[in-house]
Amino acid sequence: MSYKIFKINEDLKEFMPQEVIDLEEKATWGNPKRGVMDLPYAKELIEEHSLCAGCPESAAFRYILASLPNPEDTIIVNSTGCTSLVFPHIALHTVHSLFGNQNAVASGIKRVLEWRFPDKVKDVVVLAGDGATVDIGLDMTLQSFFRQEKITTICFDNEVYANTGGQESGMTVKGHVFKMAPKGKQWDKVPMWQLAIDSGCHYVVRMTVSSPKKVEKVIKQAIYVAREVGPTYIHLYTPCILEIGLNSDDGLEEMRRTDKERFKFFEYMTDEAKEVIQRKKEEGLL
Amino acid sequence: MQKTEHVQYNRAGQRVVSPDYLLFEAPREKQFMTGSEVVKEAVKRASVDASVSYPITPQSEAAHLIGELWVEGYVGVYFRGESEFGVMSEIAGCAMAGARTITTTSGPGTLRAMENFPMWAGSRLPIQLVLMARGVNAPLTIQPDNLEISFLLDTGCMIWHAETAQELFDMILAGFVVAEQPDVHVPLITAIDGFFISHTREAVMLPPDDIALPPYNPYKSPMVPLDMEMAPGRFLRDPYVMKSNYISYAAHTSWQFEVRAAIERSRPYAKHYLRGLIEEFGDPEAEIVFVASGTAAAQAKEATLMLLHEEGIKARVVRLKTIRPFPTQELIEALRGAKYVFVPEFNVIGWLEREVRRALYGNLDVPVIGSPRVAGGMTMPPEFIVKEILQFLGKEVKHVV
Ligand SMILES: Cc1ncc(C[n+]2csc(CCOP(=O)(O)OP(=O)(O)O)c2C)c(N)n1
Ligand code: SF4
Ligand SMILES: [Mg+2]
Repeated sequence: MSYKIFKINEDLKEFMPQEVIDLEEKATWGNPKRGVMDLPYAKELIEEHSLCAGCPESAAFRYILASLPNPEDTIIVNSTGCTSLVFPHIALHTVHSLFGNQNAVASGIKRVLEWRFPDKVKDVVVLAGDGATVDIGLDMTLQSFFRQEKITTICFDNEVYANTGGQESGMTVKGHVFKMAPKGKQWDKVPMWQLAIDSGCHYVVRMTVSSPKKVEKVIKQAIYVAREVGPTYIHLYTPCILEIGLNSDDGLEEMRRTDKERFKFFEYMTDEAKEVIQRKKEEGLL
Repeated sequence: MQKTEHVQYNRAGQRVVSPDYLLFEAPREKQFMTGSEVVKEAVKRASVDASVSYPITPQSEAAHLIGELWVEGYVGVYFRGESEFGVMSEIAGCAMAGARTITTTSGPGTLRAMENFPMWAGSRLPIQLVLMARGVNAPLTIQPDNLEISFLLDTGCMIWHAETAQELFDMILAGFVVAEQPDVHVPLITAIDGFFISHTREAVMLPPDDIALPPYNPYKSPMVPLDMEMAPGRFLRDPYVMKSNYISYAAHTSWQFEVRAAIERSRPYAKHYLRGLIEEFGDPEAEIVFVASGTAAAQAKEATLMLLHEEGIKARVVRLKTIRPFPTQELIEALRGAKYVFVPEFNVIGWLEREVRRALYGNLDVPVIGSPRVAGGMTMPPEFIVKEILQFLGKEVKHVV
């Protein structure tokens, strides 16, 4: 619809919590140019988070939500994991259904919304952990790419099953000792960004969330391309500071370090994606 | 013709009529069809928004035919998913986004999809699953057997069991109406015994195909549809469900009770649209009673006639149309005066026998005999049922099956 759904009935305003009133009055709605620069001034779409203090996933959440070009018509699909505890704090329609089925649920939502609202843009964005995206849900992640679903998939790669207490995942680097890999992981980190390319994604990025402006640009590009062309995939390194033994204020440093090595910024786009991104730049939206 | 002040059309261009008109009043014409074809005919008149499919015998043909309806413009969204687990999640997404949805599966597909069913119920999605029951592995089987229904009994979904293709047609239409009531709004599994119904042709009476059910209104749902057309509900913003504390435990408990209560609240609607939760067949005075559902009930009816005409033994059938909700009160009433209750079934464990025993325990003192029972694709000819009864009664068995 529009951000008008956040308008509060005047007669009821005095009973509403301040956070809800702020959503109406101070959040950025109806402005595709919104971005991370609004963070200090605007009401954020995320109220609180229940992650560990200093968890880089919380920074990723804030940057992503601040960068959505069309929050008033964006539906977010998530999965089970540390991040699933955060979604109820988001002021948009979000859904948690099962662990690993996020891209299947998102496919159904997107197709029905396209059919129900042919004249409106409804963006569907998937946010899930590495276990959800690459291990238990890999089939559904890739199949949604094969089917060319017009959704944006964002993976929070912390290289571990964090929420269940630090077990090895497919995204753990070879040799790392985690629970269930007591002798160290025996095989390589899954090159998920490459699988995304091979499976038909039109825009693929691998990065850390050390640079908010960069995250904003990538999120917007991915959503614009998904809207018009087909699936897009963003692979974010959000280190689990708890499981790798870092302090609350070490997350950013860890990401800056890996910016120079295994999470060096990597971007891929098809010609169709390039065309969309070019056009959006000309329109002043990027 | 029904008199309406404003004639309304659905997106397929069919005239919208009331459920009562479509089910009870519209003129009907006789057709000769399989159960799979009947699914198509029901979906065609149901203003369905979305369907997702996956191949498995014996439900594949019904799923193909829903695809044809999509091509013809009667269904809005249709595609083949990657597996039954994927399909049941995709159809959940469709329902969350505000669509009237239907899908189909069988046996191993049901088990592959299992984690989704309680999720559908807990998310209050009125998805309709047409279940064409077949055996489950191992050993590999594709034969009729309804063991899978027992796995679904406690998923929080309503379960109806059709006896004939005609009943399947009517149940699919009634099913959307009942499942989508705002005070019900839980999934419905419309089960049939695979092959027996899906693959055999029988006479069915169908209303015209230029009329259809009123479209689904997602804004009457007790849960906010995920389309950003309404403010997010407090359910989404209050994270109590996610916290490990007493409030979260209490919330989860009461939510599970609420899902079961919603199934209970479907009773009056189901009673109206199915014309009762049970059907009674045969001599009401008979002391030998079969309690059955689906194809087993059809076979028991035939056996009842054979017992009467060939052996002079009076028997009757109490057929259950709904399994969830379970028609406990109706069953107790119907079984007053019964001397023996036989529960014929197409599965090895006798889930209906268990259900019947539980319903009668402390209410009615009558022996319940879990027999005859076949499985793995075996058929249950009426002669076989007659033989079991005669043997039980210590009478001479003339027919040899
Ligand atoms: C079917 C199923 N299997 C296992 C689990 C247990 N589980 C819950 S969260 C989780 C870990 C999630 O890992 P990831 O997706 O990497 O997210 P993270 O917690 O690391 O952010 C697991 C294994 C589950 N909820 N459901
Ligand atoms: S366990 Fe790791 S990933 Fe989860 S919230 Fe804590 S730091 Fe973040
Ligand atoms: Mg992880």
